[in-house]
Amino acid sequence: MAAKTFPIEASHILMFARSVGDDNPVYADPAYAAKTEAGSIIAPPTFPQASAQFDPDYFLRPKIGKPWFGSGKNPTGITRTEGGGSGGGAAAGLHAEQHFEYHRHLKPGDVLTATSLPGKTWEKEGRRSGKLIFSESVTEYRDQNGELVITARGVGVRTERPVDQKA
Amino acid sequence: MALKASQLKVGDTHTARLVEDLKRTQIVQYAGSSGDYNPLHTDEVFATQVAGYPSVFAHGMLTMGMTGKMLTDYVGDARLTKYGVRFTSQVWPGDTLDSTATLKAVTEKDGVTLAEFDVKTVNQNGVEVLSGYAEARVDP
Repeated sequence: MAAKTFPIEASHILMFARSVGDDNPVYADPAYAAKTEAGSIIAPPTFPQASAQFDPDYFLRPKIGKPWFGSGKNPTGITRTEGGGSGGGAAAGLHAEQHFEYHRHLKPGDVLTATSLPGKTWEKEGRRSGKLIFSESVTEYRDQNGELVITARGVGVRTERPVDQKA
Repeated sequence: MALKASQLKVGDTHTARLVEDLKRTQIVQYAGSSGDYNPLHTDEVFATQVAGYPSVFAHGMLTMGMTGKMLTDYVGDARLTKYGVRFTSQVWPGDTLDSTATLKAVTEKDGVTLAEFDVKTVNQNGVEVLSGYAEARVDP
């Protein structure tokens, strides 16, 4: 994730919580949330992943006027795909691992700044999908006061072929 | 409602049903909220004809997000200090998922009591789809 700034907004938290099937009012109802230990609406634990919305170059979002690899008239909009990175990838890229450390929980009104740190890359021979190439990315999210609030570590994997479904 | 260390025993478990008969529409909903529009998750034509999968499948992060609800319902709001997972199998439309947290240890760090859990989510066939850990602040 390379969002420069990631504004934490109540409506985005509401939509995100709905999408993961979480009806906890601490994500939706300010009056309820004010009476909880959290003290206000907070973001669900995996919400930092939605920083992709604020990454201008995020490659898994169609860009206006640019080719897109999803289907339209044809099964894919482009002839060759590229992928990798922490959020899963294009055709052959998948998300292998995700880790979060919470120094505090996010609240509407926070404005985060993300710093990406270089991660490791390694290879493995997979039983169900051929050669696997893993790549790690570490992102530190700091708030408007410069305090480290979330450390995120993602591992993406590129496979030689689709994962075999016969276990 | 936070957990109390004095009432926790190593090996304690908490299980919750995350989703029954996962719908493609929920996967679309997650694509929209997270911003991950990879057509592998929402575009059946691309997923089957180009990528070679039997159908679209859920974002790993959707499974992690749903598993997160099991955790926060158990440990309380704003209590998680760490949460990490590996995605061990794909989650498909129609899957029903159950998730379990198992208490591994209770520790103290800088005067804060922390509970460490193993986390596991399985599908309707008992196949593990997510495996990981969580750490949460608990009351003494």
